[in-house]
Amino acid sequence: MPVMRRRDFLIAGAVLGAAGLGLGGCSSYGGSAQESAGGEAGRHWGFVVDVEAFREKADLDAICEACHSAHNVPRIDNPKEEIKWIWGEPFEETFAEYANEHMGESLRDASVPVMCNHCEEPPCVRVCPTRATFKRADGIVEMDYHRCIGCRFCMAACPYGARSLNFSDPVDYLETVNSEYPVRTRGVIEKCMMCADRIDKGLMPLCAEASNGTILFGDLNDPDSEVSRALEESFAVRRRASLGTGPSVYYIVKGGEQRA
Amino acid sequence: MHKGGRIIAFAAVFCLVVLSPFIVNLANAAPAPEASLDTPTINALSQKECVADAAYMRDNHMQMLDEWRNDVVRAGSREYESASGQVYEKSLDGTCLECHSNREEFCDSCHDYAGVQPYCWECHDTAES
Repeated sequence: MPVMRRRDFLIAGAVLGAAGLGLGGCSSYGGSAQESAGGEAGRHWGFVVDVEAFREKADLDAICEACHSAHNVPRIDNPKEEIKWIWGEPFEETFAEYANEHMGESLRDASVPVMCNHCEEPPCVRVCPTRATFKRADGIVEMDYHRCIGCRFCMAACPYGARSLNFSDPVDYLETVNSEYPVRTRGVIEKCMMCADRIDKGLMPLCAEASNGTILFGDLNDPDSEVSRALEESFAVRRRASLGTGPSVYYIVKGGEQRA
Repeated sequence: MHKGGRIIAFAAVFCLVVLSPFIVNLANAAPAPEASLDTPTINALSQKECVADAAYMRDNHMQMLDEWRNDVVRAGSREYESASGQVYEKSLDGTCLECHSNREEFCDSCHDYAGVQPYCWECHDTAES
């Protein structure tokens, strides 16, 4: 009768253990990003932003104000603690890979509206240990604030800086509270929710509504939607699309002379 | 019995100390709370009916709210049909507190009595707190 040597036994055990770890790791890794619940399946909501329409800072300020006042987003001046759902960034910071020293004034001066990109493969959803953030069937990356434990993994995972943590009670920084929308509490992450509650009621997101057509909203899967037609007509870029996140916010850059 | 008297005396003192919280509470028992239904919206209702009957709501409103919040936030299901066929929006602010606008006399009176501190109000209905 062949007897297993101690050395063989240990090697076989280590191989089995490693195989088990690998399988377990893979299955839990693949699952979370694929989870989808709520929203109308088959839709893919997205935005198309006309970058050069945002040369005036005031244009964007009105849109940010419409969003932030409706959603009780506090105004905190300390940049380390500020809460942002939609805000303006210079072109060269929004699109570092496209910016160059020869680009026109219309781009150099633009304050590009940026927000959560509602990625097709959201890294924040993949890392969230409580599944407080999840992707709906219609492409919206939503937050369940009740479940958020404030671990900030999603903040680290998001390549767009679209997530903010409430380091202190946000109510202290709110001048007026919109009683129609809940506020958040200390230790909870928040971000743009693409006005999912309004979309469920058949309304447009507030930024698109307040933008006078400079931020288009619609179903990217529908070839007749406003966003699909705009993307067909013009060249559009997405922020850091090379990372494979599949952002749902498109930016149209036409070139200054066409507009004049 | 050697030292028996002292043992019995200290046993009695021990029992008194252990039971003291119960004895103190017996003396100042708080009266059971009366959840007030006197709000303008409820008074204006022709048929005074909640999303479920009162006994069920008294026992299970927390489970129902928990289900509602998961349904709304995670499943996008926003409508609740009651046993009587009436359809309501699943909303703490929009449906529950629309009728029960007297949070202090309705929600808080019972929560205070039962010593529970639900954290609903940290985010919902903050305008009043």
